[in-house]
Amino acid sequence: MKKNYEIRLSGSGGQGLILAGIILARAAVLDKHRVTQTQSYGPESRGGSSRTDVIISDQDIYFPEAVNFNCLLALTQEACDKYLFDLREKGILIIDTTYVKNLALAAENTYELPFTEIAIAKLGSPITTNIMSLAFLTKVTGIVKEDSLQQSIAETVKPAFVDINLKAMQIGFDLADNYGK
Amino acid sequence: MAKTSKITKPAPKAAPREPKTETKLEELQTQRERKTVLMQGNEAVAYGALDAGCNFFAGYPITPSTEIAEILSAELPKRGGVFVQMEDEIASICAITGASLAGAKSLTATSGPGFSLMQEGIGYAKITETPCVVVNVQRVGPSTGMPTSCAQGEIQQSRWGSHGDSPAIVLYPDSVKECYELTIRAINLAEKYRSCVILLLDEVLGHMREAVCLPDMANVRVISRIKPTVPPHWYKHYDENQKYLSPLASFGEGYRFHVTGLTHDQLGFPTNKASEAADMMDRLRKKITYNIRDLVQIESYDMEDAKIAIFAAGITARAAKAAVAMARHEGIKVGLLRPLTIWPFPDDAVRKMLRDVDIVVVPELNQGQLVREIQRLVKDRSDSKLIKIQRVNGKLISPVDILRKLKEAI
Amino acid sequence: MANIPQKVIHDFLRHDKKFPHVWCAGCSNGIILGSIIRALAGMDIKRDDIVMVSGIGCSSRMPVYVDFNTLHTTHGRAIAYATGIKLHKPHLKVIVITGDGDCTAIGGNHLIHAARRNIDLTVILVNNNIYGMTGGQCSPTTPHEAFATTAPYGNIEPDFNVCNLALGAGASYVARTTAYHTPETQNMVKEAIEHPGFALIEIVAACPVIYGRLNKKGGAPDMMKEMRDNSVPLSAVEKLPPEKVEGKIIRGVLRKEIHPEFTAQYADLVKRAQALGGGK
Repeated sequence: MKKNYEIRLSGSGGQGLILAGIILARAAVLDKHRVTQTQSYGPESRGGSSRTDVIISDQDIYFPEAVNFNCLLALTQEACDKYLFDLREKGILIIDTTYVKNLALAAENTYELPFTEIAIAKLGSPITTNIMSLAFLTKVTGIVKEDSLQQSIAETVKPAFVDINLKAMQIGFDLADNYGK
Repeated sequence: MAKTSKITKPAPKAAPREPKTETKLEELQTQRERKTVLMQGNEAVAYGALDAGCNFFAGYPITPSTEIAEILSAELPKRGGVFVQMEDEIASICAITGASLAGAKSLTATSGPGFSLMQEGIGYAKITETPCVVVNVQRVGPSTGMPTSCAQGEIQQSRWGSHGDSPAIVLYPDSVKECYELTIRAINLAEKYRSCVILLLDEVLGHMREAVCLPDMANVRVISRIKPTVPPHWYKHYDENQKYLSPLASFGEGYRFHVTGLTHDQLGFPTNKASEAADMMDRLRKKITYNIRDLVQIESYDMEDAKIAIFAAGITARAAKAAVAMARHEGIKVGLLRPLTIWPFPDDAVRKMLRDVDIVVVPELNQGQLVREIQRLVKDRSDSKLIKIQRVNGKLISPVDILRKLKEAI
Repeated sequence: MANIPQKVIHDFLRHDKKFPHVWCAGCSNGIILGSIIRALAGMDIKRDDIVMVSGIGCSSRMPVYVDFNTLHTTHGRAIAYATGIKLHKPHLKVIVITGDGDCTAIGGNHLIHAARRNIDLTVILVNNNIYGMTGGQCSPTTPHEAFATTAPYGNIEPDFNVCNLALGAGASYVARTTAYHTPETQNMVKEAIEHPGFALIEIVAACPVIYGRLNKKGGAPDMMKEMRDNSVPLSAVEKLPPEKVEGKIIRGVLRKEIHPEFTAQYADLVKRAQALGGGK
């Protein structure tokens, strides 16, 4: 990768997307890439729309906001509707079918999984949906090394939550490996 | 394509005497691992402050600057410094000014509504020539506006916000690394010029994370105020000698000076005499004008052969840089001039730019604050060569927005 | 009370171009400043360690005349500036001189929060019931129905009980006296400076030229007599029938308690933070 690889993680406040963006960005730093991570959120801590942009590059990154995404993760219908049109051609779309029921247009590379339902079923809580879907994204895009993602999770989340998040990460990797099989 | 980006800080012609008290904070160096890390703009401000020797922070919570206070509340006590959360922003600017008079290197951080409340205190720090730094992470205004969205609405307020004529030193970073560097520079300039220095951040920059590698402390240049060496009865709190960079005593050091927000004489006592009042005002003004080369810092990017120049600051300058790259790719000769010091305004560099190029594009996240200064310097040139891009809706100006306007102008 | 000769007061003043002072004839500010100087002269504190901070108003002009570290700040903010000084150099004795308008109107917020923090400041509030410097406007302590240039029909607002305000906010030392009672003032100032915590002394003062004239109080001597006759020491209050206390200025130390002091608390916090590990 030489040029900017633009990723937008979108959903609603409380889904942990900004944390996921930080983890992804930190993993990119571990891989010795240039990276910027920006965010947009409402004043509330829970609810409201939330998005974070991670741009990974091997050149200087000038404008830090994603404009034409190489990859879009949408965890809510609202986010999907809002950002889908800015996905670039052949860009990767990853949606959580727990909440995203309709696609306004068909993207070429679409991955659909009920991440939230899987998180509840396998880990008893939707709280790790962010990490699970991020791990899935990492595997599908190959944008950062899996080890780097693991290290970044360990460095970023609170010590008490490292184990459950690493479990979620592994589930995400497995979901990617088995996707469509 | 040759990328020429240089940050120019011309050597002062008549070099003011450098303050001798330069501190290296070795003990801090050992405390932080120096490697490339992911860091937020606000975080970089906090660590810049610590590395510059800031040992006093007073503030009041306000989005989007709060991380600075949060980090310093954890880090300052470890270094024996003071963190105090005051009852409002007015109290915060007052407390840092008081602490500075007692010898502290002090800083506060806020955003628009708090910055407005601080204006009186900023004026007081300026007239009393007390070093301190105010970080203003700009959000959308007026009033409460959009607390989590980006704007560049305080470019003029940071110059003229406090009543009366007063000097202004205002710095404007465009990256996380520069947040760190310019915070150190802000504290250094506050100490050197004995004034309230303002650091303007854009909301996006304050919250943005980037990979940065901070320098070793050994490479961080820290300037501290010059202390008086004369016996107390010879001490003048506002000595007119030394290029207007005069020594500063602290409370409790035996100098027993008087400080007032009233117009004062060289000793600091109130005066109504026209000549003394004029002297004081002159001193405040000349402190800046005599040292303009030391104060002004600009980045000139791809300007050598440019026929079109973009003049932008902060996050908008990053969009502009991307636009320059895109335009150059299409063979359009565009460059960017970016002020790191926004006040005093880089008049000379802008005049040169106006001579060299045919079109100037000024994108900014407000209704025309930077462009006023360009217009002031345009004089006989026709206004049509000045392309304005202005936006206040919480969204950034993107590289494509600039490129489109730029092509329309050709 | 130590008997302090006149020369000592002279010795504490700045002479060169600071006099004549700005106060009107008959004003209580000079008397109060005299009491403060006598109190300090009788204490073992280096002048270099005394910082006198004031806001804006007639009484806030005091610092310019005295040979300490002195800071004349903006309107209402003296306590906030003083907080910064005290926190950075806790060994300094920081005395705040303020007025009723300065401290309870525009600076009310700083007063209550400094009292709540119990930071070791000595606040001397000179209450002359009016904005004197700006020519006699109504202040938060202008009595109900009294006249001011902005209350030409009489003040319809109730007035602040400044000491109760400080007590409610948690001040650990609160006292009230009048400018007439100079030995009492001197003792209270000494006690307040020695007190390890936030101390507030309300000194009821006479403004004969402005408040006095607007409210037909007679001249300065009449107003001094009124302070004498219309005030009751706290110790006597319980012994007197309620009707004799009604409307009187109650003088005395209303609270003197030892509470955890802010700069001491902060020093403890620093120790705890440093024990937990070095900087990041």
